[in-house]
Amino acid sequence: MARSKRRGAAEINSSSMADIAFLLLIFFLVTTTIANDKGLTLQLPPDPDQIQDVDIKMKERNIFKILINSSDKLLVENEPLNDVHKLREMIKKHVLNYGRDPELSENPEKAVISLKANRGTSYDMFIAVYNEAQGAYYDIYAQKAGVTNAKWRELSSDLSNPDNKALYDKAREGIPMSISIAEPN
Amino acid sequence: MSKFKKKSNTSQEIPTSALPDIIFMLLFFFMVTTVLRETTINVRQKVPQATELRKLQRKSLVSYLYVGEPKNTVLYGDEPKIQVNDVFIEPKDIILWVSKEKDKLTEAERDQITIAMKADEDVKMGLVSDIEMQLRKANARKMMFSVRQKTDD
Repeated sequence: MARSKRRGAAEINSSSMADIAFLLLIFFLVTTTIANDKGLTLQLPPDPDQIQDVDIKMKERNIFKILINSSDKLLVENEPLNDVHKLREMIKKHVLNYGRDPELSENPEKAVISLKANRGTSYDMFIAVYNEAQGAYYDIYAQKAGVTNAKWRELSSDLSNPDNKALYDKAREGIPMSISIAEPN
Repeated sequence: MSKFKKKSNTSQEIPTSALPDIIFMLLFFFMVTTVLRETTINVRQKVPQATELRKLQRKSLVSYLYVGEPKNTVLYGDEPKIQVNDVFIEPKDIILWVSKEKDKLTEAERDQITIAMKADEDVKMGLVSDIEMQLRKANARKMMFSVRQKTDD
């Protein structure tokens, strides 16, 4: 019987395990870009060659005009504006006017935010203005749905959930997000 | 005095046997959250900040487009350029690129393609609107301006 029975458990030396794991960890740390797929969404209008030019008559009061010139200066409803952040309240007031102020919109359905930039406007400025315009609408929807703005954006990104969809439709009813971005000149 | 100096005979070592487990946990975290870099970005990217960000639902439908001043200004000049999949393209080539990207998707998903544009903050709106126009022509009408979440200012 050559089989000698050894006493004591046979152990694999695992002290280098941490080193191996560290090496892998460092590899993934270096190659990683943490998934970043957030941004401002935008639905573009159809191909201009395929839509016929139709003159749509709109009342001046329903349109909230924002112009940005090539030196990033704002002209809002024919008056200069320095602070971009003021836009949000102005837009909310415009959309939710319900005919009270004769200068502002008749009702939210007819209200349009018209945004026009210049070819020399910086992308940074455009994003700032567009952010405020979308933010104003999100604020309105969120308030109607009884949630915070951040929560609203989260639930409106996932409409596959029927609860979200119901809330989404309810809040948006009668208030379409009409932000029109004109081609810059 | 030596009354207080009680030398205990127990060993003072910190047990390190759990260390590999901790490291493995970190490792798995990074493995799961990782997206391996597919393209080297050759344009300057200082993305503007905004607050009203929304998440995209399905990442497989997203195609990325980078706009900015080339990093190698000696070779490519300092005019902002459009980069897709490692190459610079002209605005008119966008239609072709979009149709190639659409071919990668299944029939049903083709009109849901989302173009995420990551542009440098110094890019002018002229170029951005040229891109938008080409996307409209290519019938890729879902778009996203990829921006950073604004930190408190």
